Amino acid sequence: MVHIKRLQESGNDIIAIIGEIDASSSIELDLTIAKSVGEGFTKILVDCSALEYISSAGLGVFMSYIEEFQDKNVKMVLFGMKEKVANTFTILGLADLLHIRMSKDEAKKLVDELSV
Amino acid sequence: MNYQYNIGCSLNNLKGIREFIRSALKDQGIPEIEMAAIILALDEMCSNLMIHAHHCNPDHLLEVHIDVPEKGKLIFEIIDDGNVFNINQFHSDTLNDLVHEKRKGGLGIRLVKSIMDNVEYLSRDGKNICRLTKQMR
Repeated sequence: MVHIKRLQESGNDIIAIIGEIDASSSIELDLTIAKSVGEGFTKILVDCSALEYISSAGLGVFMSYIEEFQDKNVKMVLFGMKEKVANTFTILGLADLLHIRMSKDEAKKLVDELSV
Repeated sequence: MNYQYNIGCSLNNLKGIREFIRSALKDQGIPEIEMAAIILALDEMCSNLMIHAHHCNPDHLLEVHIDVPEKGKLIFEIIDDGNVFNINQFHSDTLNDLVHEKRKGGLGIRLVKSIMDNVEYLSRDGKNICRLTKQMR
């Protein structure tokens, strides 16, 4: 079960993932990101502080947007991951392909720097 | 010690599989980070089978067995009677290939191979057995 909330703050679209993302729920993450991009947001912050679990289905959603984001100049930064969740990204080497920061403040700073 | 869990091939049942593994292994002294990785690998294997061998038909069953023959050695078996979905037959695409093709799959196999020490396929009584072995260090 996953619950995904969005809120807008200083031009950033903040997507908060609450719960677990597996093969049954990754579609919700996909639809949320697609909606954000469709509404024209170019600075997306993903709050992972209440993300308890993510499997490859969820990781694949983030991966599938990398090229589209480059084409559309959309910047996305993930933040607040628990260690066990961060480890999943590390095992696959995704930490090098995605922007990941510890805190929301660091994530905001990075998304601004990337957007210049 | 042996544990067994039978489940229909619906992706909604993956959470039950994760809870079963955590519950069965809770007294093994496995660090949380390792526990999370083991649970992830089993989730990946079961979801692959559900999707590719059983087309998510909830009437098709998977059996998940856990055997702890000695301290620190974990043997997992996933038993079914669908088409064999052998991950060893798939080469792991590079991450760049996956990004370029915008593929949402392909990562699970990389995860399982990274987390488990061995993945092998056997056949017993007309059923397919996928056996995953993990030696805790």
